Amino acid sequence: MSEKKKTTIILFSGDYDKAMAAYIIANGAAAYDHEVTIFHTFWGLNALRKDENIQVKKSFMEKMFGKMMPKGADKMGLSKMNFAGFGQKMIKDVMKKHNAVPLPQLIEMAQEQEIKLVACTMTMDLLGLQQEELLDNIEYAGVAAYLADAEEGNVNLFI
Amino acid sequence: MTSDKILDAKGLACPMPIVKTKKAMNELESGQVLEILTTDKGAKNDLAAWAKSSGHELLNYEEENDVLRFWIKKG
Repeated sequence: MSEKKKTTIILFSGDYDKAMAAYIIANGAAAYDHEVTIFHTFWGLNALRKDENIQVKKSFMEKMFGKMMPKGADKMGLSKMNFAGFGQKMIKDVMKKHNAVPLPQLIEMAQEQEIKLVACTMTMDLLGLQQEELLDNIEYAGVAAYLADAEEGNVNLFI
Repeated sequence: MTSDKILDAKGLACPMPIVKTKKAMNELESGQVLEILTTDKGAKNDLAAWAKSSGHELLNYEEENDVLRFWIKKG
C-alpha cells in the first residue's frame, strides 16, 4: 500500500451542529484509512472541555469566560434555531429517532480511531482554558504543527 | 452469494455503516468477502466509493424491503 493520505480539519466553531459535521467527516476519513487531525481553535476548544467542574487558578476574566462557554460537546448550542438551548434539545430527540450518533460519542469514536485531536495553545490562553479542563489524550500545538500536517494533506477543511 | 462475515448495520446512520465496515474488514484476510446489511440510503454510494478507494471490490449489491445488501471482497 502507498503512504497514508491525510485529512486535516480546523474546528473553529463552537456550535453543536458544525462540530458534528466536522467529527462525522473526521470519522469517515479515518474509515478511509486517512491519518486525521482535528485542530481545535477558539470556540471549537469547547468541544474538548470536560463536563465537570475542574479547580484551576484563573483570573476574573478567565473565570467569566469559563462560566459563559459550554462545558463540553454535549452542552454546545446549535448554529441556527438554538432558541436558548431548546433547539439543541429538540435536535437531540430527532437524532435519537434517526439513530444519528450524538457529538460526545462521535468524539469518543474519533479517539478510538486514533484521530489526532489538537488544542490550539494560543487560543486556550485567550479563553483561559487549561489542560486540566480538556479531555485526556489530546495534543497541544500551534499553527506550525497544524501546517506541517496540512501541507501534506489531501483533504483540508475549516469549520 | 456466500460471504465469510456478515455485518448488520441496519438502522445505523452516517457515518456508522462505513466506520463499522472498515472495522469488520480489518478482521478479514485478503480475498475474503464481507456482507453488509444497512438501511442508510447514502450507503449505496458511500460503500461503493469506499471500496474503490480502499482497494476492495464491490462484488454485488441488492435491495430488498428497504434493506441494502452489499458483498465486498477484501483487496
